[in-house]
Amino acid sequence: MNIIVCIKQVPAKDAPLAIAGNWIRESDIGFEMNEPDSYALEEALRLKEKHGGEVVALSMGPERVKQTIKEALAKGADRGVHIADDQFAQLDPLATASALAAAIKKEQADLVLTGLQSDDHGFGQTGVLLASVLDLPHATIIMQIEVVDGRMRLKRELEAGWFQHIECPLPAVLSIQSGINKVRYATLKGIMAAKKKQIAVLTRESLGAAAGPTQKIEKIYVPTKTKKTEFLTGSAKEVAAKLVEKLRFEARVI
Amino acid sequence: MKILVITELRQGKWNNASFETLAAAQQIAAETSSAVSALVIGQGVGPFAEELAAKDVAEVLLVEDDLLTAYTPDGFCVALYQVIESAKPDLVLFPHTYQVRDFAPKLAALLGKGMIGDCIGYRSESGKLIFVRQMFQGKTAADVTFQGPGPWFASFQSGAFRADLLKSHASGQAPINKLAVQIKPEQIRTKPLDLFKEAKSAVDLTQAPIIVSIGRGIKAPENIPQAEALAKAIGGEIAASRPICDEGWLPMERQIGSSGQTVAPKLYLALGISGAIQHVVGMKGARTIVAINKDQNAPIFEIADYGVVGDIFEIMPALTEALEKAKT
Repeated sequence: MNIIVCIKQVPAKDAPLAIAGNWIRESDIGFEMNEPDSYALEEALRLKEKHGGEVVALSMGPERVKQTIKEALAKGADRGVHIADDQFAQLDPLATASALAAAIKKEQADLVLTGLQSDDHGFGQTGVLLASVLDLPHATIIMQIEVVDGRMRLKRELEAGWFQHIECPLPAVLSIQSGINKVRYATLKGIMAAKKKQIAVLTRESLGAAAGPTQKIEKIYVPTKTKKTEFLTGSAKEVAAKLVEKLRFEARVI
Repeated sequence: MKILVITELRQGKWNNASFETLAAAQQIAAETSSAVSALVIGQGVGPFAEELAAKDVAEVLLVEDDLLTAYTPDGFCVALYQVIESAKPDLVLFPHTYQVRDFAPKLAALLGKGMIGDCIGYRSESGKLIFVRQMFQGKTAADVTFQGPGPWFASFQSGAFRADLLKSHASGQAPINKLAVQIKPEQIRTKPLDLFKEAKSAVDLTQAPIIVSIGRGIKAPENIPQAEALAKAIGGEIAASRPICDEGWLPMERQIGSSGQTVAPKLYLALGISGAIQHVVGMKGARTIVAINKDQNAPIFEIADYGVVGDIFEIMPALTEALEKAKT
């Protein structure tokens, strides 16, 4: 089973965000593998261990993205594909998906996996859009994958504690829910082995995927605080009485 | 401008987020002199169309087919593609539900268009619509605009608009127009099977009007009954931040936040919750937020309407007693 995992590199969780127009200043901050994508990678590695085949780590972005591809290789992906693009942070979801789809078309993939969303833009559309551009069936928010006789039986998370089983043919695109598995760490052996693994470099131009934008982020900013907190003071008993009063007659919620 | 709202049903009932999006559409329409159409899709969903027709909309579109009985992304995309080609809306709005995330970006892409998803608001500036969404997990907001001609697609986060502001139809009833769609069975490639819950007593916190939520400040599982007594006195559901559920002190289904449920109750009591962004994204849509925490610098106070700096173990029982007293 040949699996392509789409992996995004995002600013590190604890990175201080210095806003610059519609993006952030990238100098002096660290970057890491988008956490939701690490679950998709882990799921791909587990499927390969069970069914054979290869796992390809596909990522897009500037040169620094290679580090994240190397991390995926160290964890067990067989090879990497890097769509080198300095403008990646400015692309809209459809343009990103079009470029990724063009790279995926060059491969013989049985399954394409993505994480649910990215921790930076948080569009949460890439998997579904890939399915649309590639004209493949898809399912999202997946909590379990079983492959039987060339078809998948999936467990999809719904809202409010509900789940649903779905049957899906192959090839297909799946968006993986975070928490589906416990992700592995790269071993020293894996890190050494990754040095010999190949990373192919492509560009959006060479892929012929230069879709015009459908949307534009005009600017980003720290949200303004809209609420003014009213602090209640006194003994526990006084505070409780004041709060009940406020909730009944001011907020009118009880 | 013509605005089309795609409403959502969940196992034969309304997904209430539909009404929030319809309220948003009414507000946008009022500001931009637009007309709102509301759409119901499924099979045997006529009564829901009747209910929508009583709202302040220009028309209700009813899309029914045997192949739409159960939701599939392929079925919904095939049907709604035809609807949009014939109804020609300029703006298509959805509630940002799991189901919408599953098909709406594809529907937009089939038409060569983009979708601005998970919006928390909008502004209309000199005839141009600006949609506001969050980035970096809520640490920043972003103003986003559509490029090129419509139809444009956008979804609104649960709790971003108030369903109780929904206006009723002025003269009683909007017309209901049935739209026929052509779907072939082979166009639906995935097969939905059984629906199930993992936990027996799974609770739908998204529908709870009052939520009493506990965080690390609760310290030990033996203290939880105090919070439960308070929840009972105020008529609310008990919930928690992630660490409490990770410890197994409350079941995962009661977790609020980015990895749990997103709620927008009318009242949210945060007890001993610091207010990390992962938790806040799941509850900041609450209409009234009360925070009780011993640390006066806890970020939860940034979004609280009422704050108490103090010991939850003193205030919980006092509040329970005060609530019981207020009932009599």
